[in-house]
Amino acid sequence: MSGKDVFYQGNEACAEGALYAGCRFFAGYPITPSTEVAEFLARRLPTVGGAFIQMEDEIAAMAAIIGASLVGKKSLTSTSGPGFSLKMENLGFACLTEVPCVIVNVMRGGPSTGLPTGPSQSDVMQARWGTHGDHPAIALAPDSVQEIFTETVRAFNISERLRTPVILLTDEIIGHMRERITIPPEGELEIWERPRPTVPPDQYKPYDISEGIIPPMADFGSGYRYHVTGLNHDETGFPTNNPSLVQPEEERLMAKVTENLDLIQKYEYFEKPKARIGIVSFGSSARSSRAAIRMAEEEGIKVDFLRLITLWPFPTDAAVQMADKVDMIIVPEMNLGQMIEEVQRSIAGKAETVGVNRVDGDPITPTQILDRIREVA
Amino acid sequence: MAKAVETQNLEMAKSARRVPQEEWYLPGHRTCQGCGPALTYKLVSKATGGDSIFLGPTGCMYVANTSYLCSPWAYPWMHTQITNAGAVASGIEAAYQVLIRKGKYKGKLPNIVCMAGDGGSIDIGLQAMSGMMYRGHDALFIMYDNESYANTGIQTSPATPYGANTTFTPPGKAIPEGKVLFPKDACQLVIGGHPAVHYVATASLAYPVDLINKVRKALNYKGPTFVHIHSPCPKGWLFDAKKTVEVAKLAIETGMWVNYEWENGEYTYQHTPKEYKPVAGYMKGQQRFAHLTDAHIAKMQAFIDAKLKAPGIPVALPVQGPRES
Repeated sequence: MSGKDVFYQGNEACAEGALYAGCRFFAGYPITPSTEVAEFLARRLPTVGGAFIQMEDEIAAMAAIIGASLVGKKSLTSTSGPGFSLKMENLGFACLTEVPCVIVNVMRGGPSTGLPTGPSQSDVMQARWGTHGDHPAIALAPDSVQEIFTETVRAFNISERLRTPVILLTDEIIGHMRERITIPPEGELEIWERPRPTVPPDQYKPYDISEGIIPPMADFGSGYRYHVTGLNHDETGFPTNNPSLVQPEEERLMAKVTENLDLIQKYEYFEKPKARIGIVSFGSSARSSRAAIRMAEEEGIKVDFLRLITLWPFPTDAAVQMADKVDMIIVPEMNLGQMIEEVQRSIAGKAETVGVNRVDGDPITPTQILDRIREVA
Repeated sequence: MAKAVETQNLEMAKSARRVPQEEWYLPGHRTCQGCGPALTYKLVSKATGGDSIFLGPTGCMYVANTSYLCSPWAYPWMHTQITNAGAVASGIEAAYQVLIRKGKYKGKLPNIVCMAGDGGSIDIGLQAMSGMMYRGHDALFIMYDNESYANTGIQTSPATPYGANTTFTPPGKAIPEGKVLFPKDACQLVIGGHPAVHYVATASLAYPVDLINKVRKALNYKGPTFVHIHSPCPKGWLFDAKKTVEVAKLAIETGMWVNYEWENGEYTYQHTPKEYKPVAGYMKGQQRFAHLTDAHIAKMQAFIDAKLKAPGIPVALPVQGPRES
């Protein structure tokens, strides 16, 4: 079966991907440059029996998707920088209570109101550490309209299977850019559901891990007693401050990610024989990097390319693989140096690093990256 | 809150000719042709004069006014985040109270004015607005109401009327009306829940002298005050840009908008028509309602009829019921 070809904006592809993944609930608040995700779903969700609600603010939107997900619906919200900041409290709540949900952040310039219509990649670290406390973090960063579609589906799949929020980090460029994409026919992409209890209600413990580290999740109000709290809790879901119970629960939250790296981590490594320079990039900066690498090759300079699709958990092994081969790693990113620090931490001095950084609201151009390649070649 | 502080004592304008010549909201912005909120801003600024501090939470009147490295305001103005105009105003007012009490600031308390859209007032901004009203800060909160989130391309807000087509309430087979909810009542939220408030008013840009005097009266009151101003938006409501004032007048004539003052528990009404016109005339002039059926319009008429008859809002003359057509 062939799919359906459409000419979509990145934000529309995200909304379409959510529908494909089985998302039937959206709560949001208007914010540039992500509003089109909500506009698309305002039109489409009512036609497929889903619900679209506009909330009074960004905090409420995040809270509403947690509520809807508890009831058993796959849920999505979309936002950008200032709204992402407001969602942080409830993002942590979803991590601790293990409620699956997907948050799209179409990154724009910041801090504060910043550059509402200008692209940026400055929320990389916020996606990892924005909410307080030690917590698991998963962030995916597609670089094309087609990939926004597939990564949205994957975001839902990971979120459901691991019972944890997943962040999709796009930016103003790929969010608003239009490309031809293929929507695969139903059934072509795998769709995962959250684990649900197989035991009768009287034997159900909401955070029972006897079958594995992802506890089965009962739909709220389906007959299973289920106590949900933002306090640390034990397997029954009731609050505890018993250190011997809190420590393993906290460690299990992190282990859901660290023990499932194969499921989450995705990247592309394009190797050139005898290259001594490498580029690590993601999102729309990866598009410029690809062009710069082509231009460098025409000048006789070979450059390896690691394109990150999963930003968190950071694909350390891939960075180390590059560092073992090349002398210099260039990290183009539309911020003042966030991902480069993670690269440095991962490769622990095995190669030199240098950034290409831009925060003025214009994209990093291939020429800018080419200039850096020439400098270090 | 110390009450010894002397606030401004602004004179009432007796007619349009007596309104000050000086402009405090100047050319140099890029609001749309026929922009209602921009006209409201101009009139409010005439009312307050220059001894004022304005706070503008995110919205059209922030973004469209501050492009091209300039702004139209001749008084100090600050962008607050859309969540928190009331909170920033509280901080400014409380700081002035301290400076005045300690004798470090000798003048009168400046007019502290929040100029917030409907979202920044009674949706995302409600918490901070309510906090300012509750604590009794000597500041004026103005809700310039263009009945939508216009800045992000016309999404619904709690002030958007029933039946409006916005990008978040698109009419279609599943939801033929578009917007199915009826709006929040901003003034009743303030009046009903905030004992420190003694003056609340509604105004319309179609009646500029009334608008100016209500703003001045609100500023002359000590403590928090609230003025809700109807500000039609040609882009969002989809009507001819030259008809902004006409649309605002028609709102009054159909009962879609009621001008009143609430002072210490007493209501007084202004510009009440001898007989209300059917709301259909108002709604049919705006493309945002173009998809509605007669049944939908009758539903709006019933809502307006009930609102006009509600306790606390005396009706001058009998109101027409829903039309058959």
